Parts: sequence; structure tokens; C-alpha cells
Amino acid sequence: MASNPISNNIRRLRFDRDEMTQKELAEKVGVTRQTIVAIESAKYSPSLELAFRIAHVFGVPLDDVFTYDPAEDTIWKKKK
Amino acid sequence: MSYQERRSLVNLISTILITLLYWSYMFQRYPQADPYSPEVFHFWGSFFLILIPVSIVARIVIYIIFEIVNVIATREEEAGITDERDKIIELKSNRNGLYLFMIGFVVAMASLVASQPPSTMFAILIVSGLATEVIGDISQFIYYRRGF
Repeated sequence: MASNPISNNIRRLRFDRDEMTQKELAEKVGVTRQTIVAIESAKYSPSLELAFRIAHVFGVPLDDVFTYDPAEDTIWKKKK
Repeated sequence: MSYQERRSLVNLISTILITLLYWSYMFQRYPQADPYSPEVFHFWGSFFLILIPVSIVARIVIYIIFEIVNVIATREEEAGITDERDKIIELKSNRNGLYLFMIGFVVAMASLVASQPPSTMFAILIVSGLATEVIGDISQFIYYRRGF
């Protein structure tokens, strides 16, 4: 499987928010717990809307939750 | 195993069971007539038309049983929401299945070109339909298993 250029700090942010569970976060942003599991393990990149919702729950800017690494993006790797 | 993975497996098993039971029941009624006679076409027409409601009712019953057993076994009620990841997985699984059906359809038409009887064409269509469902359910299971 190709590496995901988008990584995230959701696990740490949950820990900082009184160890919020994946289920609690899932209920707040309106998805299933399995989707939060997939996002945390970088197997699934959420839509922009869901990404903003997650950032809103933690009360931080989007780039504090998700970071983009162009070096890991296959579209740039192909062009090199 | 997650709820979605269990549901995919139940769909897979029910698809195979419903189709095989229906086939074994209907093929006992296959008319012993000329392959190009109207009775044979009547049989195939009713085969497809009856399969649709039978399949829908059987799936609803199986789904209700699955939900009850799932709640009893896991002690957790599913929220019943379908989120963006579920929708993408469903679309990708359907796409995989439909690719196979397109191949089956072409093979079915090729059988007519090769002067095979219409029964061969209908049989290929049914097998492709079953394969479409099976591949769709297997794809869904794999996508959920690996995260996406």
C-alpha cells in the first residue's frame, strides 16, 4: 500500500482532552468509531469537512491536527 | 472484527445461500423442451422476476436476525449511521463487482454469437450476477479489514 502523505495528531489531542475516547470523538463529529480508528492509523484521509470538524472539537487550527508531507506524496514522487 | 466486517460476511454468506437454494429449487422446474421454445424463455423470464422479491425478502429477514444476534452477542447497539468512509467503501466495492458483470455480459453475448442456446446466455448472466455480488461483498470486507 502507498504511504499516506497526511499524518495526524489525533491520538495525542485526545489524550490531552482528558483521554477522550475514540467513540466520544466519533459521536461528536458524526462518524463511526472505525472511521476514527482508520484516520488515526493514517489508513484513511478524511474529507475536508470532517477534518475541520475534528479540529473544531479539539479547538485547534486544522494544521495542528493534520500535517502534509509532500515528500511522501506519490504525485510529486512520480514527477521527480 | 468490526460491525461492518461482520455485516459484509453475513451479506456474502446470505447471497451465496439465497442464490444456491433458489437455483436448486428453480432448476427442478426447468422445462424439458426445445431450447428455443417459448416455454424456455418463459422459464428464464420468471426465474429473474421471482428472484428479485425472494432475494429482497430473504435479505431483510437475514438482516433483522443478524442485528438481533449482533446486539445480544456484543452488548453494543450500533448507531446505524453511514459515514463518508462507508459510502466510499460501498462505491468502490460496487465498482469492483460491476467490472465483473460487464465481463459476464460480454461473455453472455459472445455465447449467442457462438451459436450457443439462449439458456447458456441466461446461465452466464446469472453466474455473473452472483459473482458481482460475491466480489462486491468480499471487496467490502477487505476494505473494512485493512482500514480503507
